[in-house]
Amino acid sequence: MNRVIRSARPLVFLAFFVSLPLLAAAQSPAQASYAITHAKIFTLTGPPIEDGTVVIDNGKIVAVGPSVDVPAGAQVIDGRGLQIYPGFFDSVTQMGLREIGAVSATVDETETGDFNPDVVAATAVLPSSEHITVTRAAGITEVLAVPASGGMDSSGAAGIIGGQASAIHLAGWTIDDLLIKKSAAMVINWPAIETKSFDFTTFSVKEKPFSDAKQEYQKNVDELANWLERARHYAQALGHAAPANYDRDVRLESLAPVVRGQLPVLVFADQERDIRNAVEFCDKQKLKMILAGGSEAYKVKDLLRSKNVPVILRPVLSEVSEEDDPYDRLLTQPAELTAAGVKFAFASFDNSFARRLGQNAANAVAHGLSYDDALKAVTLYPAQIFGLSDQLGTLQTGKIANLIVTNGDPLELTTDVRYLFIRGQLTSMDNKQLRLYQKYNNRPKTN
Amino acid sequence: MNLFRAVTAAIFLALTFTVPTRGGNPPDAVLPPAPAAIVIQNATILTVSHGTIEHGSILLVNGKIAEVGQSVHAPKDALVIDGTGQFVMPGIVDCHSHIAVDGSVNEGSLSVSSIANIAEVLNPDDISIYRDLAGGVTTANILHGSANSIGGQTQVIKLRWGQPAAKLPFEGALPGIKFALGENPKRSNFSIPGQPKRYPATRMGVEETIRGAFTEALDYQRTWADYNKRVSAGEKNLIPPRRDLRLEPLVEVLEGKRYVHAHCYREDEILMLLRVAKEFGFKVRTLQHVLEGYKVADEIAASGAGASVFSDWWSYKVEAYDAIPYDAALMTRRGVIVSVNSDDPAEATHLNQEAAKSIKFGGLTHDEAVKLVTLNPAIQLGIDQRVGTIDVGKDADLVIYNHDPMSAYAVVQKTLIDGRVYFDRQRDIADRPAREKEKKALLEKEKKASEKKPDAAADDGKKPVAKPDAAKPDDKKPDQPAPDKPKPPQADAVTGGGL
Repeated sequence: MNRVIRSARPLVFLAFFVSLPLLAAAQSPAQASYAITHAKIFTLTGPPIEDGTVVIDNGKIVAVGPSVDVPAGAQVIDGRGLQIYPGFFDSVTQMGLREIGAVSATVDETETGDFNPDVVAATAVLPSSEHITVTRAAGITEVLAVPASGGMDSSGAAGIIGGQASAIHLAGWTIDDLLIKKSAAMVINWPAIETKSFDFTTFSVKEKPFSDAKQEYQKNVDELANWLERARHYAQALGHAAPANYDRDVRLESLAPVVRGQLPVLVFADQERDIRNAVEFCDKQKLKMILAGGSEAYKVKDLLRSKNVPVILRPVLSEVSEEDDPYDRLLTQPAELTAAGVKFAFASFDNSFARRLGQNAANAVAHGLSYDDALKAVTLYPAQIFGLSDQLGTLQTGKIANLIVTNGDPLELTTDVRYLFIRGQLTSMDNKQLRLYQKYNNRPKTN
Repeated sequence: MNLFRAVTAAIFLALTFTVPTRGGNPPDAVLPPAPAAIVIQNATILTVSHGTIEHGSILLVNGKIAEVGQSVHAPKDALVIDGTGQFVMPGIVDCHSHIAVDGSVNEGSLSVSSIANIAEVLNPDDISIYRDLAGGVTTANILHGSANSIGGQTQVIKLRWGQPAAKLPFEGALPGIKFALGENPKRSNFSIPGQPKRYPATRMGVEETIRGAFTEALDYQRTWADYNKRVSAGEKNLIPPRRDLRLEPLVEVLEGKRYVHAHCYREDEILMLLRVAKEFGFKVRTLQHVLEGYKVADEIAASGAGASVFSDWWSYKVEAYDAIPYDAALMTRRGVIVSVNSDDPAEATHLNQEAAKSIKFGGLTHDEAVKLVTLNPAIQLGIDQRVGTIDVGKDADLVIYNHDPMSAYAVVQKTLIDGRVYFDRQRDIADRPAREKEKKALLEKEKKASEKKPDAAADDGKKPVAKPDAAKPDDKKPDQPAPDKPKPPQADAVTGGGL
């Protein structure tokens, strides 16, 4: 007999009935088997299946289709009236690295110094961060935790090589449970030409002539090139000599996969000039570049297309920086990039606003992006960009079962996620905010 | 900076510095035409006060709503807006905004800076006015930041883009004053090098700062009352008391002539302010942000204070760590008048969407969610007789969407204030090539001019970067002055004639 799960109130249901035994299972090696039946399935490999079944076993999707047998022993979830999608992938967050923004003791985003290729996000990701449970309740099942992507060290600078970004699932007891890929990209904050900067020692804005700013920029770029050059020699030595025959340098060692073109560089740049400089630099250095930010990517779309540089776009609901740009400049950019053949993904660039990922994608649809591309830009495209599409991003047999079951369009503001699967486990959507709501909603009335 | 300056905003924007907007060239200050009558036909009308009218019409005459219903008696010469497939909502009222402020939003030197008045530094050229208008906002409460326990005087404005500063204030709206509690006024998250620590540094000190100021205000009020009494008793040759511009606004608060809008986060400080207000006999009109308001919703409801909240911001500082997206819904259910505000020019461009989140988080009805950005903030600002619903006699401040505004797919098509179309998406798009051409010509002209000057070789001819920190998302830097740059005339969609 299959156990059938039916619930109109999955939040309550999950919180009070299912979550305890399943949660325990969720974090141990995946064993349980599930079948979600009679749901509309958005596989993202073709048109949606109107009435189909997804079978999950041992952490993986083992069957998807309109007429799939429910294996014996599988827990059955009645999916009538519900829809299944791949879980969302947020490709720039500080998940687990930042708990409370203003409290530096809870923030491990950005190391001091300009060149830190050896630091790895996974090292400092806190698996019990409240952000993880809040974010996954919004249907986001995996993210990139990206060092040096949103904050500054105490000197007010973000550094140039920020460290290695880690791809993680948003459920697990330890980092080993969470890890998808420890080193998914090397962060480079492209040294912009800045004539004004904020000086934290005097709490005032410092200005310098353009020529000085450009000189400083050149110095930074030369230094970056120098690091890569040394890494190239180092990588060569690695291939030729036994470890005993050279002095080990962990930072150069970390850059070896970068200069070999195995590890992509995630380059943060927004202004046209900076993007252009970064693309030309990476091309010359033969680095596999992913652009992050890209507020003015539309201005260099042909270059991005010709050099095959994908873009992780900052939220389209951000402020348009140029005063005389059209008010919807960021909203229309996704459609424009798609038309130009530039691959992109949406990302939150944040933790507390990670749950706005779907909202941003919907707003891009409202401004010309196809719905199909919008869905893929929060699922398949980021998986492809970070080389994880063999494991994630679509509902296909053999892929990791990170998926969401919703009562409607997952990009819409009012849609609820009814069931959440991460690594094939039915995962609780309980979180700090829901608990506080329940607690104070139940406070006896005082008047 | 991007949208998620939200984080920065809450810590710094509202606290320390903002970008001094350089007035530069004013927009082509042409008032959009005001047809004697406009009729919006065959639209879904979210009246807010009396339900939704499908395939309904609205007649606007002389800047006011003249008729609303299934059909209206439109004069023959009325300008017709076809609303087929569109949704009409009352213009959005943003109860917490810092747009249209020239220069710094904070006078941070004093803990009681009630002498400062935002009305004196309104900047009608701030592009955020136009962008928020394009997001359906028609009215905004412009406040100082949160650097002071008692901050500056606030001003409610209508977003009459293209009009001079004098035309921005919402006629007859009661003035307000900004208060701030918690981490910002006590300066938990920063210090200014070279400056001594400023009192207060604790929530205890914040209370005493407010209590001290109102104690003085009561004395001041009494001094004037005594004087006026003696004058009216016929005493001659009296010397009037010396005016105190810092205490006058506080006396207005005591006399119910000025609203208190208090920035607050934690449950304890919320109750503290309500106690102090009771002690001195004044009302708190709105609690702003009020992230832990849900913990003391009954007490807030009993005090009569409104609550104006963020939709889903949290964790950017300790006092925001218990913030929940259910705040608006929970307080609404406990009888508090709640609005959702922006505190940020980019957030204000999609306040309708932020309101919709309370349907998901806490189960507000569609109508209740719409109220969060229309009627409720209008009540909080005391302007609900004029705006906030679609009713006969009210100002013709409307926003027209192509979808239900409680959806992320809804895009503003037109925004009307006083029966004039201040924003028209189609016209904005149509005008872009001409504006682009004009910009190009101006840049050419500037380049030529700088080539003539031998000293101007410092620049490489490329456009200056607008924001030095724009490449780094979510910077924790206080805002910086933007580099001076050539500025072509503002993109102004309302000058194209026609509608």
